[in-house]
Amino acid sequence: MNDHTLTETEIADLRCLAGMIIPASAQYGVPGADDDTIFADIVNSIGRDRNDVCAALASLRALADGASFAALDVARRSQVAARLRAEGGPPVGVLTRIVLLCYYRDDRVMVSLGLEARPPFPKGHELEQGDWSLLDPVRARKPFWRPAS
Amino acid sequence: MQDKVDVLIIGSGASGAAVAWSLAETRMKILCLEQGDWMKQSDYPSNGRDYEARVFSDYATSPNIRQRPSDYPINDDNSPIKVVNFNAVGGSTVMYTAHYPRLHPSDFRVRTLDGVADDWPIDYATLEPYFAENDRMTGVSGLAGDPAYPAHEPPMPPLPLGRSGTKIAQTMNQLGWHWWPSDSAIATTEYDGRAPCINLGHCTPACAQGAKASTDITYWPHAIRAGVELRTNCRVREITTGDDGMATGAVYYDRDGVAQFQPAEVVILACNGVGTPRLLLNSASGRFPDGLANSSGLLGKNLMFHPWALVHGYVDEPMDGHRGPPLCLWSQEFYETDRSRGFVRGFNFQFNRTVGIGTEAVSAEVNGLLPWGEGHHETFRSLVGHRMSVGICTEDLPEEHNRVTLDPVLKDSHGIPAPKVEYAIGENTSHMLDFAIDRGKDILLAAGARNLHVIRPVVYGGWHLLGTARMGDDPERSVVNSWGRSHDVKNLFVVDGSIFVTSGGVNPTCTIQALALYIADCMKQRLATLFD
Repeated sequence: MNDHTLTETEIADLRCLAGMIIPASAQYGVPGADDDTIFADIVNSIGRDRNDVCAALASLRALADGASFAALDVARRSQVAARLRAEGGPPVGVLTRIVLLCYYRDDRVMVSLGLEARPPFPKGHELEQGDWSLLDPVRARKPFWRPAS
Repeated sequence: MQDKVDVLIIGSGASGAAVAWSLAETRMKILCLEQGDWMKQSDYPSNGRDYEARVFSDYATSPNIRQRPSDYPINDDNSPIKVVNFNAVGGSTVMYTAHYPRLHPSDFRVRTLDGVADDWPIDYATLEPYFAENDRMTGVSGLAGDPAYPAHEPPMPPLPLGRSGTKIAQTMNQLGWHWWPSDSAIATTEYDGRAPCINLGHCTPACAQGAKASTDITYWPHAIRAGVELRTNCRVREITTGDDGMATGAVYYDRDGVAQFQPAEVVILACNGVGTPRLLLNSASGRFPDGLANSSGLLGKNLMFHPWALVHGYVDEPMDGHRGPPLCLWSQEFYETDRSRGFVRGFNFQFNRTVGIGTEAVSAEVNGLLPWGEGHHETFRSLVGHRMSVGICTEDLPEEHNRVTLDPVLKDSHGIPAPKVEYAIGENTSHMLDFAIDRGKDILLAAGARNLHVIRPVVYGGWHLLGTARMGDDPERSVVNSWGRSHDVKNLFVVDGSIFVTSGGVNPTCTIQALALYIADCMKQRLATLFD
């Protein structure tokens, strides 16, 4: 889980924030976004969004008055996270997008949503043909395209 | 210096592929230069678990975000709609949603019928045989009998209705409004060596199944077998001209970045509505100081985008979710002019099947529907797979201030000046968007949808790049003539979306390709007098 683009403090803050965005749920039997496997995916997926993620984490730290976000007490973390979401701008949107996309491709999460844990190809998906008699009232209409002359 | 060719085509996308294939029967020596490379279906996003994330990186629709080596930057800061495209063999057909309507007969006569813009120098009847030929070459699925169109018969049956299509159909019937299965450039049966659609559900950023008709797997295999040479990783810098004012060929950078001169008897541009004016403006010379083929001063002007809006909401019953091609139905209830609506011309509804789960999460977050922390899971489960979405494609009228010029600073990786886009949504289109969004809401409310959300315009929605080298009979009011030949340079042709006079209100790829086939036929019929 070591990523040279982020410091240990930033990684700890990011992990803490990810777990606050999507916490584990016993009700649905799913991990939070701070789960080992999911968080490793998050860190490895930052890639070209590194600058935005770092900017968001810098904002997080500033809102925490320079302290480590992860080291704050629960109530203070909630306040800071809410302010970050409201005031953090596009970099927070990028960070959140990475968290969401990694979370919702985790095997356990996909299965909990009734999906197969796999990419679309090569198996594809079944789709109902549907009832084409629904077209009957449309077929009954006269042509209504506009003649050009 | 390279060996001289009879025909040099620049760009291998929708129109370049079609014109190459059609001209191949002449047995002329034909070369196409493409700035990108062949794509591999095994690399396409839907092969992997990160398929949704890749639309934010190497399969982003915007070249400014994607930044592949084949991409060139575009300064679109002065436009509320950003240019989206793809640069590879197949061009933007690799990355489109394969919604494949034709322009309507009225679209070619807007001045006569509605007193706005200009009539085209050709009409629907002229293009009709080329529409049919293109449908056959592309492999189009759909259903004959749509009362919104002149009769035509797609060669394959339509995409399935699915749950989403069924819900839309029931709702539109309840409202008494037109709907019909879309003509789609997606194979629903085995077709010309292509496998049928298996509902991967992630069509836009390339089809791993090969069911979607991108020209790298439709026209190009046939054109290459017929003798056309396709040279990849070759970015053209400029069209060159001789003392007689005729095009002599093109200077391009090869895959090693070395400048090469390719002589040619005929040059055909197929770089679409931004790439074509960019290249012609970059081809300015002492004889053509304002850019090549620009005696009218209209090169780069009259850019039309089709401003898009999206209205979506969530219904109680499950929709198709991540399954199936995103687009399956259209409605042209409001396509033709009705002045009582407060605007002229019209728009097309595209019904979107829905989106993948990661995309749904990101969209819900952006729209403020998804809480952080407690409540996240319950809320997300109420949204995912329940989306109902209406896309709106509005006709964009030509206005000269909407234009492509050369950026004075920005350059691509070869140092070639980049295009600059300046664009504002026109008043007529703005009124049309108001009306269309209200009707989109009517549909969703009739379906029982909640949490309605409107996106206007779709910022990264500049797919359709039209009008910047318009066709016409008057050299003072157009860039090319009625069969695609430059008024100024008689061995220079344009076959892409830039020659559109007006935009219509539907996706243009089908019409672009029909135009390319029509121009190729005009050239073949005039081979002995092509430059007269």
